[in-house]
Amino acid sequence: MLKLLFFQLVVRPIVLVVLGLNVRHRQRLPAAGPAIVVANHNSHLDTLVLMTLFPARMLSRLRPVAAADYFLRNRLVAWFSRNVIGIVPVDRSGSTDRDRLFDGATAVLRQDDVLLLFPEGSRGEPERMSRFRSGLYHLCSANPHVPLVPVFLHGLGKALPRGEALLVPFFCDVFVGEPLSYSRDRDEFMQRLNEAMRVLSAEGEFPSWD
Amino acid sequence: MLGVDPVVVRAIAGVLVLLVVASAIAWFLRRIRPRHDFRELVSRIRSWWIMAGVFALAMVLDRTISLAFFGLISFLALKEYLSLIPTRRADRRVLLWAYLSIPVQYLWIGYEWYGLFVIWIPVYAFLFLPLRMVLIGETTGFLRAAGTLHWGLVTTVFSISHLAALLIFPDAGNPHGGGPALVLFLVFLTQFNDVAQYIWGKSLGRHKVAPTVSPGKTLEGVLGGLATTTVLAWLLAGYLTPLDTRESLIAGVMISLGGFIGDIVMSALKRDLGVKDSGSMLPGHGGILDRLDSLTYTAPLFFHFVYYTHG
Repeated sequence: MLKLLFFQLVVRPIVLVVLGLNVRHRQRLPAAGPAIVVANHNSHLDTLVLMTLFPARMLSRLRPVAAADYFLRNRLVAWFSRNVIGIVPVDRSGSTDRDRLFDGATAVLRQDDVLLLFPEGSRGEPERMSRFRSGLYHLCSANPHVPLVPVFLHGLGKALPRGEALLVPFFCDVFVGEPLSYSRDRDEFMQRLNEAMRVLSAEGEFPSWD
Repeated sequence: MLGVDPVVVRAIAGVLVLLVVASAIAWFLRRIRPRHDFRELVSRIRSWWIMAGVFALAMVLDRTISLAFFGLISFLALKEYLSLIPTRRADRRVLLWAYLSIPVQYLWIGYEWYGLFVIWIPVYAFLFLPLRMVLIGETTGFLRAAGTLHWGLVTTVFSISHLAALLIFPDAGNPHGGGPALVLFLVFLTQFNDVAQYIWGKSLGRHKVAPTVSPGKTLEGVLGGLATTTVLAWLLAGYLTPLDTRESLIAGVMISLGGFIGDIVMSALKRDLGVKDSGSMLPGHGGILDRLDSLTYTAPLFFHFVYYTHG
């Protein structure tokens, strides 16, 4: 309920009026779970924007995978992350065994929810895409039949980059890719995914921002 | 619709009738040529309905809402412009100041403070934004950044705000429906001129008028639009404006040629940036700047003409 109110009254108006989205191939988004949506990461806005792409009735089923060290850093942020956004925390420190790292995420997929994931691992340099890391491969190999949908985001890193608190309005682009199937060969799988992201990013003509 | 001048109501009704006719023609075309692809035309007309509906609503509700509506148009246009052009990472906060100039500009108009309305962007914003940039200290690309930002502000905020200034034109200056009737006259003729130029150019166009900037524009289109729009300005002026015959003909020429120039100036900008449309807000039309391009010239030209002759 809190999640629905927050998105309908705060997030959607901001995303629609202050930002404004140019969405291509929206029909490629999964209409129901389980599914994994992966995107490049430039801004805190990325998660919120991805969540507004889905109809409101799916909102409770959208579960962003988020770094536990950041989003559970104190009680207030943790309460907000868990109850209003509905994150699935993941441990980035390396102390969790790799086989158990995505247990929470897998459990969520079993409930037919949609996972939102940023495989670059952090927001990094705004508007510079880095290669997707292969942690995602381990999640996919545990859930080989779940469709993987790549999404390319542009402009959100200009609107609210890392370390900035002031949001500056920009129109942002969201290009949704075709669902990718799992393959056992890790390098081949990651290469296909990175190539899919490169092709999506090449769909747009973006002005320089240096 | 309480308190809305009957002249304005009739003018809006006239626009709706035209849209009904356009939709009927599109429906008819699809019936007689089922194999032809009319999707572009259909989405274009659908967008026209939405634009006309929102515009009409904003005009008949109260004055504050109308002013806020034009402020929102400026905001969307500036946002589209700043998303389209190369900007410097260092200038993020400068852009925020540029956005903040919008509510202030419309506030001066709301206060009917003419003196500040005409200098706020060209003097104060022009002087302040480079100062803010200097405080950040990044000099690489400084001139380009300051110049492109100011061009965008003048085009999307200063020029477009003349529509709002026209809206609050004193009733004494225009007994036929006051400011709202003048806005309808200007916006209708500007948009009509775009369509008229297009139709004349499609049917008779031979001689390219700006081959390197906008290869689709022809001399026949421009002249046909000029004649049609000027006659229409003369016909409508008696109902919607205080202009006499001579003034209405001058206004018609001004709107037609101004609209054409605004159109090709925006085309030159898009060509420079290597894009076809300025955005994707309005299906069938492109972005909001694609629709406002002519108005960025006609709004200040027409406002100052009426202000000088009847203000």
